[in-house]
Formats: sequence, C-alpha cells, structure tokens
Amino acid sequence: MSEDKKYEFLNINETLYKTQISDNFKNRKKWEIPDVSKVFSFIPGTIEQINIEVGSKVNEGDDLLILEAMKMRNRIKAPISGTIKTICVKINEIIPKNHLLVEFE
Amino acid sequence: MSLIDRTKDLLKKREKAEGGGGEKAVKRQQSLGKLTARERILALLDKDSFQEYDLFIRHDAQDFNMANKELAGDGVITGTGKIKSKPVCIYAQDFTVAGGSLGLMHARKITKIMDHAIKMRVPLIGINDSGGARVQEGVNSLAGYGEIFYRNTKASGVIPQISVILGPCAGGAVYSPALTDFVFVVEGISKMFITGPQIIKTVLGEDISMEELGGAKTHTQLTGNAHFYAESELECFEQIKELITYIPWNNTKKAAAFKARPPKPKYNINNIIPNDAKEPYDVRNIIRAISDESKFFEVQKDWAKNVVIGFSRIEGESVGYVANQPDFMAGVLDVDSSDKAARFIRYCDAFNIPIITLVDLPGYLPGVDQEHAGVIRHGAKILYAYSEATVPKLTLILRKAYGGGYIAMNSRHLGADFVFSWPNAEIAVMGPEGAANLIFRKEIAMANNPDKVRQEKMDEYKEKFANPYVAAGKGYIDAVIEPHETRKFLIHALEVSSDKSVQTPERKHGIPPF
Repeated sequence: MSEDKKYEFLNINETLYKTQISDNFKNRKKWEIPDVSKVFSFIPGTIEQINIEVGSKVNEGDDLLILEAMKMRNRIKAPISGTIKTICVKINEIIPKNHLLVEFE
Repeated sequence: MSLIDRTKDLLKKREKAEGGGGEKAVKRQQSLGKLTARERILALLDKDSFQEYDLFIRHDAQDFNMANKELAGDGVITGTGKIKSKPVCIYAQDFTVAGGSLGLMHARKITKIMDHAIKMRVPLIGINDSGGARVQEGVNSLAGYGEIFYRNTKASGVIPQISVILGPCAGGAVYSPALTDFVFVVEGISKMFITGPQIIKTVLGEDISMEELGGAKTHTQLTGNAHFYAESELECFEQIKELITYIPWNNTKKAAAFKARPPKPKYNINNIIPNDAKEPYDVRNIIRAISDESKFFEVQKDWAKNVVIGFSRIEGESVGYVANQPDFMAGVLDVDSSDKAARFIRYCDAFNIPIITLVDLPGYLPGVDQEHAGVIRHGAKILYAYSEATVPKLTLILRKAYGGGYIAMNSRHLGADFVFSWPNAEIAVMGPEGAANLIFRKEIAMANNPDKVRQEKMDEYKEKFANPYVAAGKGYIDAVIEPHETRKFLIHALEVSSDKSVQTPERKHGIPPF
C-alpha cells in the first residue's frame, strides 16, 4: 500500500474532490467552435490531386482536392463558397487525420 | 506389419508431429522468450491430464507450392484436459509451424474442439500465437476465422471462454479474443492489433512500435481490450488457474464453494473511509475488509480505474464486485468505466455469480469530450446491465450517492434485492455545494456576504438531504447499518437470495445500447 499516489483536485458539480486524475483527462482537447473557413482531413492518406490554387474562387460543394485513402480516391469538397487563401498540402504528401488542407479567406 | 510394428510406426509419426515446426523453429521460439504451444498446454493443465486430438490433420493448401509441404498438426494443438481436476477444452496455436498461420484445417481443428466444449458444457481456453491468415489458402482462411467467431458468439454466456495472447494476434484474428470473456496478456510477448505498425507507417506516416501499438500494457491500461496482465507466461497461467476458482464450469452451475474464512484483521472496516466526502481512499480495502481471507481477485485493474470490478468469496461463496473508486477520478462514471462495469455485470449474471455493488460516487464526469464520446449511450449500458441481471444483487452505499450515479449503481429502482447504507451516506440529487448554488442562487447573489449565506444554505441542505434517512423513509434503502455489521448483513442477504428466481417476459433478446 506504499505505492506513490499523486492526488489532485477534480471539480464535479462545483465540489472539489481530492483524487488521482487520469492522463487522458488531463490531456483532453478543449472543445473549440469549429472554424468553417478551414478544411481538415477526415482520414489519413495521400494527396493525389489539387484542383485549386491560391486565389481560386470556388462554390460550396466544388471538389478542392483528392485525398487517396483506404484504396479510395476521396473528393474533398468546399464546405462554403469563397476564395482560397492558403493551400497547406502538396501533391503526394502523406497527411494524418485532422490535418489542415485548405484555408478560405 | 504386426501390431507391434504398427505401434512403433505410430509412435514415430507421433513424435515427428509433436516436434512441431522442428528444432530450428523451436529454438527461435525460445529465443523470443516464449514457451512452445505444447509446453504452454502442459504448464496450464493438471499434470498428465492432457489428451490431444487431430494430431495427424493434414492442411488443405494446394496452391503456391504448398501441396507437398508438411505442417505438423497444421499449426495448432487441440485437446481436452483438466484444471484443478475439472475438465476444459483447449487449443494452442503453434508458431513454430508456418508461423501458426490459420488455414482451413487449422481452423477446423479449433472449431471442432469448440463444438466439443459447447456440447460438453466445459470451459474453452484458446492460446493465440499466430502470424494471421494463411494467405496461400485465400478465402478458406477467412472462412476459418468466421467460423471461430460464430462459435465464440454462440458459446458466449454458456461456457466460460478464456483467451490467452502469447504472441502476435493480428488482423481478423483479434476478434476471437474480443468475443470471449477474459483476455490474458504477457509483457513483451502479446501483440494485438487490427493493422500492424508497418502498414500504419507506409500508409499514414505514423511511426509506432509493435509494443506501443498493441503490447500488453497498451491493452491493459489504454484500450481495455485485455483483462489480465502478467510479467511472464507462468505468472499468466497462475492467474488463469485462480480465475477459474471463482467461476462456474458452465451457465447451469454455480461456482464451486470454498471453506468459509474470515477477513484479515489488518483491514479494519471502521478505519478505511475518511469522514470528509471529498477525501479519497482505496475502495479495494473495503472489499478486502468484507471478503474471505481479505482476498480480492481484480479484473481489468489498470484500465478505467475509477470503477473497480473483480471477484472474491464471502462465506466461501463466489461473488462479483462493482465498486466506485474514490481514489481515482473521484470514482466518477464515464464512458470507459461504464463499459467496464456493464460488461462485468452481464458476465456475473450469465454465470450465476451474485453481484455486490459498493457505492461512493459524485456522479457522471462532466465535459464536452465525454458528452461527444457518447457518455449517454455508454452510461446507459450500466442501467441496462443492472436492470437485466437476475442474479442476487446487493448494494451498499458507503458515502456519496449523487444524481444519476445513485440510480445507476444498482439502486432499488433498477431491481436491487437488498440495499444497505452506512449512516454517513449522502443520498441526494447532487452534492451540497451544487445544490445550494442552484436552489438558493438568488439569495446567495443578493446577500451582503454571499460566502456566508452559501455556507448556511449548504449546511441546511446537508442536514436535510445528505443522509440515508430520506431514502430509508421511502423504503429505497432496506437497512441503515453500522460498518462493522456489513459482512454479517451481506452473508445473510446472500443466504436468503440463494434460490432467487425471476420470471422475465419471453423475448429473442434485448437491445442493449452497445
């Protein structure tokens, strides 16, 4: 029973409880309001084709690029209509999930 | 040939097949710190109790130059034997034979021994050590996996199924252990994953070692896929033998009774819980204080530690515990701890093991991540599992029982047979701080000295609700008891519930929030 325990305080419904806190809880990502002007990858994969350049004007639903993942050429579509501000990936680049692909103005 | 000659021939054939993949492959297995499949079976079963079948099975691969290859036992050893003098069916994949790869006949051997286990109503133990599907056999090897999964599912809740991961267990192969009751892993030896590190690296660019991706610690601490962790194979076998003492041989029986023994005096039930409801303690010491010999066999002890589950004996009878752990995350229920508790409740219910629930929790863990991870449907699993269970269900409220947590932890309302409470219990919709701020928000805000008023209101609320007598007054609690009476009350409650019988409406099956 002499194991090292590191007690901290956890707030549950306005009461502070002395307890050990999991790393998962400590490292959890704070939720943020989603930014619709940024397009992130929904799956890890390889950028196979880029249909746009900086300054391109696109309509909601247009194909921005193709992300090859799981033996499928996934079309990444514009979530909004607008002008492309930055393109954050290159052809053949291997990217993880939730990687920033394209930013709108 | 005479019978003597034929017998000699048999012995020769047997010796050859029992040699597995040959000396070189066996040496390689040993160099990895692993026992051979045969050594494992002999180490786990009672001495001289193993009977092997299908030693001379021939593999079914015709293509890719496989037709003339000899694969001893087709890479898996199957048979029956005994553990603690009781029968079991067992199979062990032999990595020394074609990497323990699973082809059609390899799978047929496994499904045959599974069918025996189901028919004979005896436990099934599977030792996994395999490189995966035998690619040369194509869809036949996939068929093999599917037929194993099907039997795992059919056997679920009928016979105990134990999976021991003593080597790689990758791709589709992982789903057999995942469908069984208990998964055992060993440090440095067990590796489980759907997709291996190599593919993850080439496809996704993520660099991770096999150990970090799917090693023993990963699955006992992070994923919850495994239930028991051991430093060595022999320690792992001892754990299996101990587990076996707490569970029945099949779902029509009760676990074997042992001689009743008192708890050790070292665990004084009066001195474990701090008075202040915000102070932590280790709830396992309460379990030890009420259990025979103060022995507690914990399940999944390194994962979702805010709830404690496991087995012990009370007056010689096997019981299962579900207990909030104030020492970790204040004992809250969250996504993982709900999954952990719910599955264990269903295990105990399927195998006639009474459930004792120890309650001390502030409620469910607040947070966007929990809500978005589906804590509603995960939390619902506990409600479902308790409400569905028909084994004797006893509850002891140790200290806090707030809000949804009070309901979820086998309350009277979910069908508890007996609910006991210690006199210091606080049973309420929420803790005094939260309640005072909610009910008296205006008074507190308008007061000259808000802190003082808040404290007064908290005290008032505490006085009124933070006790067991409101619940006792409605009959939600059967008895408020002194801590030192706990074991006596539990023994009695178990005794009078031993022939519990519940009629449920006929149905195919329920639809739990999986």
